[in-house]
Amino acid sequence: MRFLPTLAKGIGIAAIAAAMLSAASAEKVLRVVPHADLKNVDPIWTTAYITRNHGYMVYDTLFGVNEQGEVQPQMIDTYSLSDDKLTWTFTLRDGLKWHDGDPVTTADIIPSIERWGKRDGAGQKLMDLTAEMKAVDAKTFTLTLKEPYGFVLDSLGKISSNTPFMMKKKYAEVDAFTQVTEIVGSGPFKFVQDEWVPGSKVVYVKNEDYVPRSEPASGAAGGKVVKVDRVEWVYIPDPATTMNALQNGEVDYWETPAPDMLPLMRTNDNLVIKVIDPLGTQGWLRMNHLHAPFDNPKVRKAILMAVQQETYLQAIVGDPAFYRTCKAYYMCGSPNETTAGDMGYLEGNMDAAKKILEEEGVVGHKIVLMQPTDIPLLSSASLVTAQMLRDLGFDVEMQAMDWSTLTSRRAEKKAIADGGWNVFHTYATGADAQTPVTNIGTSAGGVERAWFGWPTDAKVEQLRDDWAKEGDLAKRSKITDALQARLFEVVPFVNYGQWYQPVAWRKGLTGVLLAPVPFFWNIEVPDK
Amino acid sequence: MYAYIIRRILATIPVMAVVAIFVFLLLYLTPGDPAVVIAGDYARPADIERIREALGLNRPLYVQFFIWVGNVFSGDLGVSIFSNLPVAKLIGQRLEPTLMLSLATTIFAVIVAVPMGVLAAWKAHTWVDRLIMVFAVLGFSVPVFVIAYILMWIFSLNLGWFPVQGYKPIGDGIGPFLASIALPTLALGLVYVALIARMTRASVMEVLTEDYIRTARAKGASNRTLLMKHALKNASVPIVTIIGVGVALLIGGVVVTESVFNIPGLGRLTIDAVLRRDYPIIQGVILVFSGIYVLVNLLIDLSYTILDPRIRY
Repeated sequence: MRFLPTLAKGIGIAAIAAAMLSAASAEKVLRVVPHADLKNVDPIWTTAYITRNHGYMVYDTLFGVNEQGEVQPQMIDTYSLSDDKLTWTFTLRDGLKWHDGDPVTTADIIPSIERWGKRDGAGQKLMDLTAEMKAVDAKTFTLTLKEPYGFVLDSLGKISSNTPFMMKKKYAEVDAFTQVTEIVGSGPFKFVQDEWVPGSKVVYVKNEDYVPRSEPASGAAGGKVVKVDRVEWVYIPDPATTMNALQNGEVDYWETPAPDMLPLMRTNDNLVIKVIDPLGTQGWLRMNHLHAPFDNPKVRKAILMAVQQETYLQAIVGDPAFYRTCKAYYMCGSPNETTAGDMGYLEGNMDAAKKILEEEGVVGHKIVLMQPTDIPLLSSASLVTAQMLRDLGFDVEMQAMDWSTLTSRRAEKKAIADGGWNVFHTYATGADAQTPVTNIGTSAGGVERAWFGWPTDAKVEQLRDDWAKEGDLAKRSKITDALQARLFEVVPFVNYGQWYQPVAWRKGLTGVLLAPVPFFWNIEVPDK
Repeated sequence: MYAYIIRRILATIPVMAVVAIFVFLLLYLTPGDPAVVIAGDYARPADIERIREALGLNRPLYVQFFIWVGNVFSGDLGVSIFSNLPVAKLIGQRLEPTLMLSLATTIFAVIVAVPMGVLAAWKAHTWVDRLIMVFAVLGFSVPVFVIAYILMWIFSLNLGWFPVQGYKPIGDGIGPFLASIALPTLALGLVYVALIARMTRASVMEVLTEDYIRTARAKGASNRTLLMKHALKNASVPIVTIIGVGVALLIGGVVVTESVFNIPGLGRLTIDAVLRRDYPIIQGVILVFSGIYVLVNLLIDLSYTILDPRIRY
């Protein structure tokens, strides 16, 4: 019987080991395949959407936009506007802490807003109109405007890049053009720097000290209640491999399933495929307004007539369940959707377009079209446009290049003969494209202030400015109508359609929020 | 011999210098500006210029080059423009998966291909030879990614034997490591099996016609002795050459396999860096690649002296 103590000891050790294994396996892990690899971790330094998504994991925002598109307080407890509409007073809610345990104070918030205001378009506008920001105490601060501005809360609650994430003072004071590489946020997750392998894996763990709001989660607003212990972003560049990994249960959530994989995925009962971004994405056919023939508004209008959105959407998306034709410059489904100014454009009226081009004497003109071959969606859109332009009688020169090259080439203002360009394609998410302030494609400030392509129109700029300053929604709506009517005259870009990127996840995963940004709080994973 | 090794190692210095200058110039003459990518759509020209300045991209080309060379000599490959992480760390993270995949593929290819090639030579012009050569042609012709997806479908999705994707380092245990590397090795290895088998067949067939083989046969040597001792050893110089070149190619050329099986290796690091114009990473990786090529070639040359005593340096 002398072996009994040894046996008992063995059983004890085995039991402890089993308990440890059980505890380890009980850890709830959400494995996500994001749309891109996280290359940098400072969401103010870059506009990359993947870094924005990372920002939402680790940082918090003063305000957030809910599922209905309404701006709601997030880090803010109470706020008010003075009667003269010039001074906003904000008070932080209780319990806000940085990941290192220090309390969040207004000494952190003010430089955070200032840093964001140096990089973001809406932020720059807000800072231009801000006379002063002042801390009243550790929890309350004021923002005093030079003149009334209706877009203050919308700016501070801006949901997409650059989102005004709040950083600790030490990091918020880093030059806005220098990258912050140490991540100390106050958001619902903590970034595990040691486990970050760029090109492969990003790991976040639940921030146990985070105090969520009491309201239910809704978009970027409400209580950010984390229901998993750990979130792993596993970057898989190959779509077929991602689909197989999802089907095999190696990952739980795929942010951007490729359109050609969807029919196959739909046959798998273990997968859920759903659009979570109610606004979707808007396609832009951007013409260079500096050079012939697109320096002529009549020629641009002819292109507006010739484009048929359905053709583009078929080529780039395919499944009508995931696209819609939409002529509105500020997205269909957004508060700024309007039909104002539409004279039957974007319906593939080639005859009317040809007539205008002949009258303007530009038939046979050479067009340089830049085609980014490493982005299939834009490459396909480029092919559709090239064929349309050839059918209209233009001499089209397609220049194939990667997106990096295109981003440099598009900044060139020089003449076509010297290496300039006429046309390229891009897209903007609804979160960015839905307002006149954030939709940079509709800026018309010329070579100094407009986005690449450089449309110039004083009336458009005046209307955009009026819209931003107007706080009354009914009046804003009227300005939107006037603005869109003017945009159809100026044609800063041609909207080639609106599409919706579905997300796929394994059945059993619950709590996925509807929003233009994938959020990972509120999600529960089933026991494995 | 030692003098030869030292001479060869010294000879790598001008080779690496030429590679460094060539790569540096090629990169900076290629269109594309990381500052524009970083700045994003809202950036004003002044913002882009500030980023260029912060990254040192606005300095004259020769200044940037000499700064880089000076840093390399002090063991600093610089930091990534985008992640701000040291290039040496990024390469270090990626080196193990690529080296392991290359090593496993080479071992698999040699173990399978050499006997196949010898058998094909021994049974030349019979159905065995033809079968092996049909396999070799298939190995060459079917793209790696097609083989990869077929293997994935059979062994991962249907049989559930191996994971679809991902890499587990040896540190996580030999079992998970082998499971993660099995399908990529098989997919990538088939091309090299085909290559080495064909080369082995051709070399052994040539040796088998030599007089000394006939003499050995006349002296009553068994088939096994004849093949393994007399034929294969004498045919091994070209086989080793092709294996060595294969290793060097594998280290730099496994990007498709890495992408399909989601292995975070050097190939993917390079492609990502090229697409973003992350110059320090590209320069660092190319330097590592060229170093490995030079080293592998040196090892091949040295192995000749062991395989063929007539070769002396």
